[in-house]
Amino acid sequence: MDFDLTEDRQMLSDTLTRYLKDKYPIETRTKVAYEAPFHAPAQWDALAELGALFALAPEEAGGFGGTGFDISVVFEALGGALCPEPILGALQASRLLTSAEADQEALLSGATKYAVGIGELEAPYELESIQAEARAAGSDYQVSGRKSVVYGGQVADIFLVAARLDGELAVFEVSAADASVTGFGMIDGGGAAELVLEDTPARLILKDAEAALEDAMNAGVVALCAEAVGAMDGRKVMKLEYLRTRKEVGVPIGKFKVLQHRAVDMLTEIEQARSITIKAAAELGGPDAARYASMAKNLIGRAGRLIAEEAIQMHGGIAMTWEYPGSHYAKRLIMIDAQLGDTDYHLSRVMAA
Amino acid sequence: MDLSFTPEEQAFREEVRSFFAQNLPKDMSDAVRAGGELTKDMMDRYHALLNERGWLGTTWPKEFGGPGWSPVQRHIFEEEACRAYAPRIVPFGLAMLAPVLMKFGTKEQQEEYLPRILSGEDWWCQGYSEPGAGSDLASLKTRAVRDGDDYVINGQKTWTTLGQHANRIFCLVRTDPDVKPQKGISFILVDLDTPGIEMRPIKLIEGGYEVNEVFFTDVRVPASNLVGEENMGWTIAKFLLTHERTNIAGVGFSMQALEEVKALARTVKRGGKTLAEDPLFAARIAQVEIDLEAMKLTNLRMLYKAQKQGAPGPETSILKIKGTVIGQELKDLARRALGPSAAPFPGSSLGNLALAPADHENDAARYFNNRKTSIFGGSNEIQRNILTKTMLEL
Repeated sequence: MDFDLTEDRQMLSDTLTRYLKDKYPIETRTKVAYEAPFHAPAQWDALAELGALFALAPEEAGGFGGTGFDISVVFEALGGALCPEPILGALQASRLLTSAEADQEALLSGATKYAVGIGELEAPYELESIQAEARAAGSDYQVSGRKSVVYGGQVADIFLVAARLDGELAVFEVSAADASVTGFGMIDGGGAAELVLEDTPARLILKDAEAALEDAMNAGVVALCAEAVGAMDGRKVMKLEYLRTRKEVGVPIGKFKVLQHRAVDMLTEIEQARSITIKAAAELGGPDAARYASMAKNLIGRAGRLIAEEAIQMHGGIAMTWEYPGSHYAKRLIMIDAQLGDTDYHLSRVMAA
Repeated sequence: MDLSFTPEEQAFREEVRSFFAQNLPKDMSDAVRAGGELTKDMMDRYHALLNERGWLGTTWPKEFGGPGWSPVQRHIFEEEACRAYAPRIVPFGLAMLAPVLMKFGTKEQQEEYLPRILSGEDWWCQGYSEPGAGSDLASLKTRAVRDGDDYVINGQKTWTTLGQHANRIFCLVRTDPDVKPQKGISFILVDLDTPGIEMRPIKLIEGGYEVNEVFFTDVRVPASNLVGEENMGWTIAKFLLTHERTNIAGVGFSMQALEEVKALARTVKRGGKTLAEDPLFAARIAQVEIDLEAMKLTNLRMLYKAQKQGAPGPETSILKIKGTVIGQELKDLARRALGPSAAPFPGSSLGNLALAPADHENDAARYFNNRKTSIFGGSNEIQRNILTKTMLEL
């Protein structure tokens, strides 16, 4: 048993955390995250150069990581800074390309931005309900359907899309230039896109892709959980300062037991959230990956909501303002629940297992 | 980052597992499974069984006759004991007084008492709480006044668990009423045969007897029974509170309870379907299963830290809070699964019309009894106070 990071991962964690703190502080982030294109190309390049993308893929695929713990180290650092760069899409695309044994050098170097379109308007999470369809067109394929809230889709060069080919799930590559892409900014910062495909030319990447898609979902869930843990920890620090300094009837509000005990309950849930994320990261790629990813996402959903709502309540009016950084952390912690399966969806998966 | 146990630890787990499989008498595991009160004889026999194997003082270092286990080994032992439905080791002498004697006792006290704790010759109970001093222990009033070579004790202790089986009690007493409450407390050992002591049972919410009140009227105790210096009792009490907390999360018990609730849900039928098929009930189970899974890791993370640093930190209060809440939730689910079949008072004679499945006749009683866990050992609110100071620094 060893709960310390390896030296390499610790170094990566320190590097990313330091970079984001110095070069992507919350004021910068808040500007970037809510204005088109909802990310900063220079930041994307810098993070890629620091290895944030290479860490997501295993060596045989050209990266230097690819395990659950590599992913969680990167995303925890991103979460701590509320980084809006579209790295989740890169991760999920990298998982799919690794499964397909396809080249991903341009992805890992950051030269080409990938987004992954799995969820649909009426099937945001569940693979079995995917409707998009592909058919052969000469030596290639055409895909039709709508992929909804494709994270990072507003700036993607290439989309990897899940669609049915003869009823079975397959993964296709679609060039952004060939598709109808409607980008938008999200309420918690960063961007996504509605991707509408109508007989859009596509290249088949992987047939019988259910297991690969499941793996990409599990990896994405581990990433989001780690991002949430990073955001929770950052959130905690700010709140405590506030509790120590904000006075009511001459007394710092942190001296009130009613707030102290609620703050402890938040601390407890953060520890639980961290624990289950470690477990999900450890199991990623193994036979029980889906089960532990679902457990983690369920707990993260509950803990995230508790921490976000309690933080807003304990800060009072100031937390209702745009200017206050904590508000943006709270928004991210709430909205992350709706990404790649929410509390109820993942609870039902644990029940079914 | 590596969540697996070492080959040595896995081998140790196998060793413990096969020990229980081969040696734990069936009447004991049956009694634990049924969840009723265990007899003194049974607890004595269980202690003797472990002692013979050298495993009774689970927290004891080798130099005092213990197995010298690491925190991880203790955790493994605990998990396997729960898995085998072994009784709980009665902690008062073995896990509470013994570490105090090892740290603060004189050589004479160690030589006199430690072997008798292992052999079962002495059964210790705890004299901490008083009617006016529970979570606020420092306000305790039981007085000990020095008189020649003795202390004379007057006052009342309460919540003395299994005191009815004990022949000795370790007490926190007030030796100086004129200083800050924490500064005037001493730790003293008392023979329960001493004249002036009366023990009265307290009937508990579910009808069982496991705690007592102890009254002291002019009880003369030799001054040599003091542990540590006079008025350093609070230091000892705090040491005791933070010293041995590896099992505070009760993860092993909750894992067992979860398996029982799941089995129960597969058995109990409502309208032709089992409860396991009822999405509402299945969701309740899944939710607590997730919390427990996280708790297992939180527990291991803190064990790992304790092993690395040599002592558990204040964050173990998190284990107490969350661990007891999870355990209570599981007991609640078992009671709810039974519905009205949980109603009969324990021991009711229903003959062949028994309502609850075997081993679940006491589930309502267990639920009520288990409410104690968030109150004792420093209530969960006290744990929150501790975390407020130590972790949040508010």
